[in-house]
Amino acid sequence: MNLLEIAGLGVRYRDHQALTGVSLAVPPNTTVGLVGESGSGKTTLGRAVLGLVPVAEGVIRLAGRDITHLRGRARRGLSGQVQVVFQNPYLSFNPSRTIGQAVAEPLTLAGLRPAQLRGRVDAMLDRVGLDRSAADRYPSRFSGGQLQRIAIARALMPGPRLLICDEAVSALDLSVQAHVLNLLADLQAEQGLSYLFITHDLAVVRHIADRVVVLRRGEVVEAGPVEQVCSTDPDVPRHPYTRALLAAAPVPDPAEQARRRALRAAPAQEGPVPCES
Amino acid sequence: MSAGSAVTGVGSTGRAGGGVVRAVARRPLGVVCVAWLGLLVLACLLAGWLGSSPQEQDLEAVYSGPSAAHWLGTDQLGRDLLSRVLHGGRVSLLVVGVALAVHVVLGVVLGLVAGYRRGLVDRIVSRLADLLLSAPAVVILLVVLAVFPHNEAAAMTTLGVLSSAGLARVVRASAIRVREEPYVAAATVAGLGTVRILVRHVLPAVAGPVISLVSLVAGSALLVEASLGFLGLGTQPPEPSWGGLIADASQAIYRQPWMLVPTGGVVAVTAVACALLGDVVRDATDDRATGEPLSWRRMRTRVVARESREPAALCLLSVRDLTVRLADGTPVVDGVDFDVAAGQALGLVGESGCGKTMAVSGVLRLLPPGATVDAATITFDGRETLGLTEREMVGVRGRGIGYIGQDPVASLDPLFTVGDQLVEAVRHHTGATRRQARAKALELLAAVRLPDPAAVAARYPHELSGGMAQRVSIARALAGEPRLLIADEPTTALDVTVQAEILDLLRDLRSRTGMALVLVTHDWGVVADTCDTAVVMYAGQVVENTGVAEVFAAPRHPYTEALLAANPAAAEPGSRLPVLPGAVPAPGHWPTGCRFALRCPHVTTECVAAPIQSTSDTAGAVSRCLHPRAGART
Repeated sequence: MNLLEIAGLGVRYRDHQALTGVSLAVPPNTTVGLVGESGSGKTTLGRAVLGLVPVAEGVIRLAGRDITHLRGRARRGLSGQVQVVFQNPYLSFNPSRTIGQAVAEPLTLAGLRPAQLRGRVDAMLDRVGLDRSAADRYPSRFSGGQLQRIAIARALMPGPRLLICDEAVSALDLSVQAHVLNLLADLQAEQGLSYLFITHDLAVVRHIADRVVVLRRGEVVEAGPVEQVCSTDPDVPRHPYTRALLAAAPVPDPAEQARRRALRAAPAQEGPVPCES
Repeated sequence: MSAGSAVTGVGSTGRAGGGVVRAVARRPLGVVCVAWLGLLVLACLLAGWLGSSPQEQDLEAVYSGPSAAHWLGTDQLGRDLLSRVLHGGRVSLLVVGVALAVHVVLGVVLGLVAGYRRGLVDRIVSRLADLLLSAPAVVILLVVLAVFPHNEAAAMTTLGVLSSAGLARVVRASAIRVREEPYVAAATVAGLGTVRILVRHVLPAVAGPVISLVSLVAGSALLVEASLGFLGLGTQPPEPSWGGLIADASQAIYRQPWMLVPTGGVVAVTAVACALLGDVVRDATDDRATGEPLSWRRMRTRVVARESREPAALCLLSVRDLTVRLADGTPVVDGVDFDVAAGQALGLVGESGCGKTMAVSGVLRLLPPGATVDAATITFDGRETLGLTEREMVGVRGRGIGYIGQDPVASLDPLFTVGDQLVEAVRHHTGATRRQARAKALELLAAVRLPDPAAVAARYPHELSGGMAQRVSIARALAGEPRLLIADEPTTALDVTVQAEILDLLRDLRSRTGMALVLVTHDWGVVADTCDTAVVMYAGQVVENTGVAEVFAAPRHPYTEALLAANPAAAEPGSRLPVLPGAVPAPGHWPTGCRFALRCPHVTTECVAAPIQSTSDTAGAVSRCLHPRAGART
């Protein structure tokens, strides 16, 4: 059975249809990449699953249970199953609360004794590769990469089965991003987590995802296994929009970029004047 | 929200305001105000034990000035003024306290609920607030006093209700801002209830504005209370009240002017202390945003020309030994060399904190206040710019070197249309007439391939998409027909399809105008697409400077190699990405030897012994490494 199943999801903001008839499934222990450009509705989809925006139509099922319109206590009860990591690590923490308080937050209602709670926080900080002393310090003392690990630690505290990563590595530098991607892969292997990985970065999706869903203007244009949807082989049949996205994402290879530019029909270039020094 | 949660809410304002309290305690004015208010309250509470009864008449000493027996003098019946002021204060401060309590509880609770819940509740609370704000407070107070004669508590409760509307609005605005913060969303997902979220996350954020507004209201409530007493509408004689005491003093103003000093003085000083305390709290909570004001001289970038080194011949821009220090002396760029030939595109690559932006800002001399630029030479177009005055530098910027930044919408003035801003830029650079400049502006918009330039020119920046705004800022940079364009992360905020269009546009502009390009980026894909050479920076230094084909095929410096390998685009899907231990050392904490040594897999003892010099090989590629990797990468 799929862990998360979305069928015919529609979300309307006041005068604007953000999502229309979106269906997708996240099987257990799987990473599903949700890609699209700004305004495609990918963040809205994540927020709908989390209950942060009202759903106009369609069904969201978590482990077979309809959670589409859960509110109040019932919705709060889901915190042990679904958690989230946001894009901007600096805004993801209340500046006036310590890291220890922030990480312990999802266990507020668990009724643990302070010592037990502290033990859980320390163990989790260890797991994401941070020193235990971090618990007593404030968010302003940490770098973006460290804060993003702490955000992952906070999200994993209640032992969720699904983690929604909303552009979770997009604001990070390459080397830091590599750390976080490796951490996410390790955690998945250890705990059998599923990720709904929302991003605009096709290179990251190709690296981490098992399945990919491409959104455009609130609708799914293509979905399938990553090797098919993000294939570098231009002959694999795909939706023209997916092809355009893949062709537009620059790769670290000058020869390949020159080839792609030619495909985009840029005018011919003259070489640069050599610099004599 | 229930009354119980309202009480928890108010209780936590004080706890959350702990930072504010400490900040106020560091300011002398704050300490003086708090000390006065504290002493006054304490003295009023202890009035019964301090000296004589307020009703005890000393008929031998009516209208006396300050004396040993009566420190503040006596009134018309010879009653001790100090005692009357303190006993009057008990009533006055109590009812002011009642007004404030009503004000805070109502204002904070209504504001929080309206701002956090939004929807119907918000609309009702907002209309109610509008109603209260437009009500004539004085008339209502007089009506209340007519219904409850001489009942100050009723009057001040009414005042608290009326004034709570203003506070509710302030709290509501803060709450609306805070509820959009990701940490509030994270708390919701963590399963916290509304009350907990409000108390933990929203209240601390609104505490600053609340405290500063409340202290202002406290001052005015005190004055209202004194006025009611003065008019005889409040506490009745012979019971003392501050307003009544002032009324007595004003009747005897010719006989004994002194009487007005302690009675009026205590009201005035207390009201001023409240108002000043509000200012102090506001300043204290704004502290992070505004630093020490700098003098104009200190705002300027100091320029030091070191012993001259020959710039590269025939290059458009030649930078040698560029060092940039911030106002506190911390170096952020250290001995950077690079050359840009006419028409060439140079990519300045590295992670955040490596000094890329500071290096190009040093060239443009557009640095944070108090920074110092120190270089052997920065030669642009055959001219040494280090010796140029600020005024001459203005000519170089724009006409010689154009600049575009990362956030295109923020770089445009929201108050003027695109056309106005381009016309201004064109006229600044060329001195053209308005008509000529407008024609040129439309030309520029066409040159950046915006469809329908006239329509775009009539728009305001907020009406543009990110891609269009970046095209407009490129058009503005082109207004001075620069020979070099410095683009700092020009496509980072854009979608990939728009990024591709902008990169194509930059390439096209270069081929049409022969303009050179310095592109600051962290994205290897962008470097591969657009640049001819790559300059890799690490911890303020250039660690590698090579042609783009070589940098990807055979990086020389281990940092370049590691950074390329960390890119998921280059890795086997699903594999572990090779990672570096540790982080980029912060400016001011750079090691003496190789700055990458701590993270380098190939480090040897000689790497950490002394600073590493740049070396260039036969092909002209520069690297700052004792064990260059060229060819080692598979």
